[in-house]
Amino acid sequence: MKKKQTNTNEWDTVIESEHSLFDINFKELWHYRDLLVLFVKRDFVTVYKQTILGPLWFFIQPLLTTITFTVIFGNIAQLSTEDSPKIIFYMAGITLWNYFSNCLTSVSGVFNANAGIFGKVYFPRLIMPLTIVISNLMKFGVQFLLFVCFIVYYTLINKITPNIWILLTPFVILLMALISMGIGLILSSMTTKYKDLNQLIGFGIQLFMYATPVIYPSSAVPENFKWVLDWNPLVGLFEYMRYAYIGIGSFDAYSLVYPSIFSIVILFLGILVFNKTQKTFMDTV
Amino acid sequence: MSKVVIKAENISKQYRLGLVGTGTIKDDMKRWWYKMRGAEDPFLKIGEANDRSSKGESDYVWSLQDINFEINQGDSIGIIGRNGAGKSTLLKILSQVTQPTTGKIYTKGRIASLLEVGTGFHPELTGRENIFLNGAILGMRKHEIARKLDEIIAFSGVERYIDTPVKRYSSGMYVRLAFAVAAHLESEILIVDEVLAVGDADFQKKCLGKMNDVSKGEGRTVLFVSHNLDAVKKLCNKGLLLHHGQLIHDGNIDSTLDSYLLNYSSNEQQSGISYDLDENKEAQILKVVLKDKDGKDVIEYFSDQEICIHITLRNTLLNKGARLNFSILDKFENVVFINRKDLDFTGTTEWVVQLPGDTLIANFYKIGLALDIPKVRVLDFPMEKTNLSIVNIAQDEFKYGDSENGIFKMPIQWSK
Repeated sequence: MKKKQTNTNEWDTVIESEHSLFDINFKELWHYRDLLVLFVKRDFVTVYKQTILGPLWFFIQPLLTTITFTVIFGNIAQLSTEDSPKIIFYMAGITLWNYFSNCLTSVSGVFNANAGIFGKVYFPRLIMPLTIVISNLMKFGVQFLLFVCFIVYYTLINKITPNIWILLTPFVILLMALISMGIGLILSSMTTKYKDLNQLIGFGIQLFMYATPVIYPSSAVPENFKWVLDWNPLVGLFEYMRYAYIGIGSFDAYSLVYPSIFSIVILFLGILVFNKTQKTFMDTV
Repeated sequence: MSKVVIKAENISKQYRLGLVGTGTIKDDMKRWWYKMRGAEDPFLKIGEANDRSSKGESDYVWSLQDINFEINQGDSIGIIGRNGAGKSTLLKILSQVTQPTTGKIYTKGRIASLLEVGTGFHPELTGRENIFLNGAILGMRKHEIARKLDEIIAFSGVERYIDTPVKRYSSGMYVRLAFAVAAHLESEILIVDEVLAVGDADFQKKCLGKMNDVSKGEGRTVLFVSHNLDAVKKLCNKGLLLHHGQLIHDGNIDSTLDSYLLNYSSNEQQSGISYDLDENKEAQILKVVLKDKDGKDVIEYFSDQEICIHITLRNTLLNKGARLNFSILDKFENVVFINRKDLDFTGTTEWVVQLPGDTLIANFYKIGLALDIPKVRVLDFPMEKTNLSIVNIAQDEFKYGDSENGIFKMPIQWSK
């Protein structure tokens, strides 16, 4: 093999097989920001094209889930909601959980779902997971609006007392986005090669929901299972929702420290793994 | 000296055959084990040329092997080769869709690649929305697209439908719109895979014209893969010829095309057919070979080349009225013309049929042969027919017709 020395500096792009682990081109990502906006717009617009109820579907689905949960877990199984209105208790959990599980599922399948487009054109692959997280944020926003309507109603009839902590909501949502994206990115890299994981992820997310105080308050967890909640980074976020909006449960600012650190670490790891996978996945997908 | 904008050094690409995804954990572990000890990847050592038709010994093949080339600014490069020669793999590597197994490519300037038309088009979105989406996917900023929007719409010729969802488009309109977006990209390097196969002749012409403008008028670099040799010849000034993943020829387009046509254009198609001897037949066609006038085997003829068809015959009947029916059929097996000759010999002999050059239009034909005694019986009628392909390399500009129109070049006199 001939060995030639080429000065790397005079070229714009070098295509090669060896990359350092931290070789992430954020400048390029920034260049493609318009694409991100257009993808998000596409996702949002195309969902309700040619449907009769249109954007109303964003409301109907969480509303039905809330009612189902209220009936099954609240009325039949009679799980504790710590004396808060059942419907608002479940809605707080479900709205947040939906966002997490939707993001995680879509991000972890991002390579398989977009193999067609990834195989034909190059753009920074990280745009796709970002699109998913932001598109879902829009859907979450709509559902959150519904939640806020209920909060206002129940506050007016003096059933609940939201407090000043609600101002921290954007931060908590951001943590949720980062964590779901981080975990999703790590999984996405594995699902490209071992498709069995796709089956496992759906099941795993369901299990994870029961290990997270979505449909029950953490105070209802027996002492010998408490360690599960201690490790779960999402616990603080769900406890926050209930504490800030409904005024139940225990919460303080320290509960957000662990999720914050966790989100940064997991996202960092996720991006590294994703970045490594995106270079070769076309040959293995 | 012109500026080098793409420089490829020792590019190789390995693929794994068979069902990727099963049993790879074992190989992964092995790779990892070698890597940990600082050894070379064990699966990269197997150097087997990528020949689709012969069964190899290894599950790993080299789709590209040790490719080196340089491309100057403003060149338009035609990449030619048979199916599976590695053309698309090379384009994919250049477009950064996949990365090379070994080697490096240095590029200067923005690369826009059109490996497929309409990548990322969403059926529910309108034409206008899709222009923006597609443009952004191809790396344009929103304001760049907005600035070129009118030009794109005008070029596509679908003004009337621009606010209709593209799922209502005909496939032709779809392609028109998609190509229009890609053609108006502001990139220094444009990579185009075989995308012009769709769309009507009029639009194909428009596309080629646009690509010509891009390379010659705007000084941008174009890489073009096509099996339409005529288009390649018109559009490109340089060529890369790939064969089994190796770069065979790198030079100006004429020499590349010649090298391709003479050596590599086809192997499914042989320069002849032999038939098994059947003693029960009283007369039989044994062999058909295509040659040029110097007696060399030919696979494809240029349109101006003389065609010599060597037919080996066996005959046991004399003066019974047996004859050879020689015909040229079009690709649908309609008879273009027929010619007959009595079998005036016994034993085995070889006849040569000579067709003058510049007679048949470049197209695919078949040679139909039969032996019969008229109105009595058919002696031999082989079903497997020899293919005769004639390619247009002289730049006729389709004056005499093309593969869809016309059969013969008629030497017409025009006068006033």
